[in-house]
Amino acid sequence: MTAIGQAFDRVDGAIKTTGAAKFSADQTYPGLAHAALTHASTARGRITEIDTTDATRVPGVLAVITHHNAPKMKMPSVGLMPPVFGTTVVCLNTDEVHWDGQPVAVVVAETQEAARAAAARVRVSCSPLPSAVDFSTAEAKPQKNSMLQAGSARKGDALAALESAPVAVDREFTTPPHNHNAIEPHTTTAVWDGDRLTVHEPTQNIGGVRRTLSAAFGVPIDKIRVVSEHVGGGFGGKGLVWPGTILAVLAARVTGRPVRLVLTREGVYRTVGGRTPSVQRVAIGADREGRMTSLVHTSVTRVGRTGGGPEGVTIQSSHLYDARNILLRQNIAEVDLLANTFMRAPGEAIGTFALESTVDELAHELHMDPIDLRMRNEPTRDPIGDKPFTRRNLRAAYELGAKEFGWEQRTPQPRSMRDGQWLIGWGVATAFHPPVHLVANASLRFSTDGTALLRCGFHEMGMGAATAQAQITADALGIPFEAVRVEHGDSSLPAGPMAGGSNQTGSVAAAVHTLAPKLRRALGGEISVEALARKRKPYVEVSIGADSPLGRATGQARLMSKFLRDRRKGVRAVTGAQFCEVRVDADTGEIRVSRWVGAFDCGTVINPKTAASQLRGGIVLGIGAALSEETLVDPRTGRIMNPSLAEYHLPVHADVPEIDVHWLDEPDPTMPAGLLGVGEVGVTGAAAAVANAVFHATGKRVRDLPITLDKVV
Amino acid sequence: MRTFSYVRADDVDAALRAITDEPNAKFLGGGTNLVDLMREDIERPDTVVDITRLPLAEVEELPDGGVRIGALLRNSHLAAHPVIRSRYPMVAQAVLSGASGQLRNMATVGGNLMQRTRCLYFYDDAAACNKREPGSGCAAIGGFSRSHAVLGASASCAATHPSDLCVALAALDAIVELRSSRGTRRVPLVDFHRMPGDTPEIETVLADDELITAVELPPPPSGVSRYRKVRDRASYAFALVSVAAALDVQDGVVSSIRLALGGVGTKPWRAYQAERALLGAPATEESFRAAARAELADAVSLPHNEFKIRLAESTIVAVLRGMS
Ligand SMILES: Cc1cc2nc3c(=O)[nH]c(=O)nc-3n(C[C@H](O)[C@H](O)[C@H](O)COP(=O)(O)OP(=O)(O)OC[C@H]3O[C@@H](n4cnc5c(N)ncnc54)[C@H](O)[C@@H]3O)c2cc1C
Ligand code: SF4
Repeated sequence: MTAIGQAFDRVDGAIKTTGAAKFSADQTYPGLAHAALTHASTARGRITEIDTTDATRVPGVLAVITHHNAPKMKMPSVGLMPPVFGTTVVCLNTDEVHWDGQPVAVVVAETQEAARAAAARVRVSCSPLPSAVDFSTAEAKPQKNSMLQAGSARKGDALAALESAPVAVDREFTTPPHNHNAIEPHTTTAVWDGDRLTVHEPTQNIGGVRRTLSAAFGVPIDKIRVVSEHVGGGFGGKGLVWPGTILAVLAARVTGRPVRLVLTREGVYRTVGGRTPSVQRVAIGADREGRMTSLVHTSVTRVGRTGGGPEGVTIQSSHLYDARNILLRQNIAEVDLLANTFMRAPGEAIGTFALESTVDELAHELHMDPIDLRMRNEPTRDPIGDKPFTRRNLRAAYELGAKEFGWEQRTPQPRSMRDGQWLIGWGVATAFHPPVHLVANASLRFSTDGTALLRCGFHEMGMGAATAQAQITADALGIPFEAVRVEHGDSSLPAGPMAGGSNQTGSVAAAVHTLAPKLRRALGGEISVEALARKRKPYVEVSIGADSPLGRATGQARLMSKFLRDRRKGVRAVTGAQFCEVRVDADTGEIRVSRWVGAFDCGTVINPKTAASQLRGGIVLGIGAALSEETLVDPRTGRIMNPSLAEYHLPVHADVPEIDVHWLDEPDPTMPAGLLGVGEVGVTGAAAAVANAVFHATGKRVRDLPITLDKVV
Repeated sequence: MRTFSYVRADDVDAALRAITDEPNAKFLGGGTNLVDLMREDIERPDTVVDITRLPLAEVEELPDGGVRIGALLRNSHLAAHPVIRSRYPMVAQAVLSGASGQLRNMATVGGNLMQRTRCLYFYDDAAACNKREPGSGCAAIGGFSRSHAVLGASASCAATHPSDLCVALAALDAIVELRSSRGTRRVPLVDFHRMPGDTPEIETVLADDELITAVELPPPPSGVSRYRKVRDRASYAFALVSVAAALDVQDGVVSSIRLALGGVGTKPWRAYQAERALLGAPATEESFRAAARAELADAVSLPHNEFKIRLAESTIVAVLRGMS
């Protein structure tokens, strides 16, 4: 029996449930000191005075570091791939404040309580500089095309086709900013030993942390060890290096003590980017049979003036429908706010909301079933560029989902399904996410006890990454799952890929699939204890990639070329069908999601248990985006006003129904083991499915997220 | 958080002595609000007087058919108490609709009455707020005002009182018992919280040296009762609108009505005008709507809370319809 496809429990399950797993904030060192940040509360300005007298007097305080006394640091060069740091601002090396919340002092003390008390006592005066903090009035400019992301794309003349279309819908949507709320806040424990540095840090990008710290503190990369064995949730928020990490290392350097900095929840909001808000236009023209003649999708998102990247909001719109004419354009507004960053399915998470809501509106206009309409426009090759899909069976995903959900029982008329007080609505939308494929260094060892050891510095954020790799390795070597051990999350291991873009499982699997035959050859053609005994060695190990300047440069080149080569060859994506039922209170407009079925075409499923959790987790985030999540940025000041779990409304248990997920389990022929990453696709289409269900329940179309009750009563 | 001293009182007299003798002292109940606010540097007591050991955590049945609830009773225990559940179900429903299980296990009845607003600007010491810093202005006006009051607001402050329990207590004519070294007094709950006026920093009639010792409920009103909370997610959110109602209908006519509102007023809002409109009126949707409108006639909204006026009306109507 193969290990792939079996629902093994996570290998880290027991230590997580018993509390034995050590996270970064659990690392103790003799003489450990604690740090806390003081944040600016002006959008843009210049620090005129920073008074540390009261802070210094707090008992237990070791140092108060500000731009007056901080050693000079430097950021690495911009343009690295993958990107490594969140903001270009070198905090505490400048008297300029670029966003409300920017750290302007770090306090080090004997206890965390003393550090935080003192940090609250640092008094900062600023003289304001002109700033733009209101996204709704900020000036937007067209996004330039880059190697990584197209800012625009077109086929034919979509605007003219829209004008002449027999049926057309043309709509505007808005989505609010979202913040990261991983259960584990960002935490750094930094220990200097001469010019050697060890950092315990929950990250999705060990290489990025190393590179940033190397540049910031002028020490060679090889002297920096980053340990990140367990990460308490990432979602993209731990993909880049944010100021807290650098300042914790700085604090350790200045005080000569091991230092731990645990961001407060508010600290995460003020110093770690989130998802950009968006304004989107989607227009679709079609003939009376529902064949799309024109598809227009444009967007405006924001970046910080000191960091953040464009969000690929229109990407799915170039792949989902076989429209004869297509126009996509992304625009960017620069604001004086904290840089935006990745959050689970950046682009598609909010792009599918607008696109898939509009498709539903078109179906309504055409008196057509929304699934029928989609299938009438299902492409056989990629609509723009005419490339092949590496695989695509969205049709089967819809059939499966519709059957599981009981879609044919739906009566199409809005407000036509009711259960007493509740208006019932059923909605559907397409999920779409293109996982990227990167490269990984790794080593694989076979020992006399018959066990294998895979070593790769990939990232385990709780999704079961190590478990999946043990399954892949077991099958590649033809040994039992239990005989595989996996080491990960440490820069002293061969460098793994950044965990982002749903690449990690596939990228590491590719390395395993390169190493397994190599190991077999090294053992004389067969993987067995006997073969190893003939070699008279305790173990045989093979590896790919080298952790040297040359090795890293080669790795970087391999990564870029693979990324581009991959994209030229064809379009590889996970697709899916999201079905949901909502109940809307007829008097108050309260909306509850009561049922969910997701059916995905996502390649080979390595582990049904962990894959289902990833898909469900994504859907929960989609429910949050649909109904409640919103970062409140005061447009007068640029200050986030709800930096807490009490006021930033994530879905709670009572908001989440049982989520039923299914998949086709058909391999992708271009991927190792046929697998496709499923970390992000779950969130895509989810908000649209809810919005479409709300329309079906109430007859009210809400195009501005979140869909709070005041928008439907 | 700042450094402070901690004193534990084992009896009421010791608590009253401590609050009088120690400068700038505050009582500590469950700490679920006070400690949060101390962490945010908004409450800055020099001394915290722990009163959780005071023998004031009972529910006593009174000869007149009412009950006396000790001020240190935990919210969870209050909601689970058989007498409360059977005779004052509205109280149990209100408590259980608030906060989370963990918070309710800690929170006390007295602390619940005294909890402070959740206005986002009150919580942020970088913002102007007349309640936190008298005279500094009100950043909520022109800012995020979704949670704010449409009834009872002044030009200085429009913050809501966030308690669910207090809304039920307002409907039930609860009496708050207060003690100080000067003696004991009894204040109706509806007079316990103050309107903001020009002094939003003064939220209740409680004097600095007074302790809430009990809340008394008169015998329950006749008919059926209910607490209904409308909020932004299914649990763990403050009310946008809540309604506490007790209704009795005889021969199709409203013979007894108690109505109080949460989430819309600057204090737990007893809807006297609606009650007046309803008493003796036919128990119909039209009467309920007319009564709701009478209560909300003076409502004034800010840019983000206008929906509460409609929502309050429809929730009142839905609750009364469901009970009649
Ligand atoms: C995340 C969160 C969500 C919440 N959601 C809700 C909700 O949905 N609905 C709701 O109603 N509440 C909610 N709450 C508030 C909660 O109900 C209150 O925090 C709690 O009731 C306060 O009680 P306590 O005993 O912990 O008060 P403490 O924090 O101990 O004290 C609060 C204040 O009361 C004073 N005090 C306490 N006891 C006495 C006394 N006997 N006499 C005089 N003064 C006294 C204290 O000095 C202090 O000023 C929420 C709280 C949190 C943190
Ligand atoms: S509404 Fe009241 S509590 Fe809120 S900022 Fe204004 S004065 Fe302060």
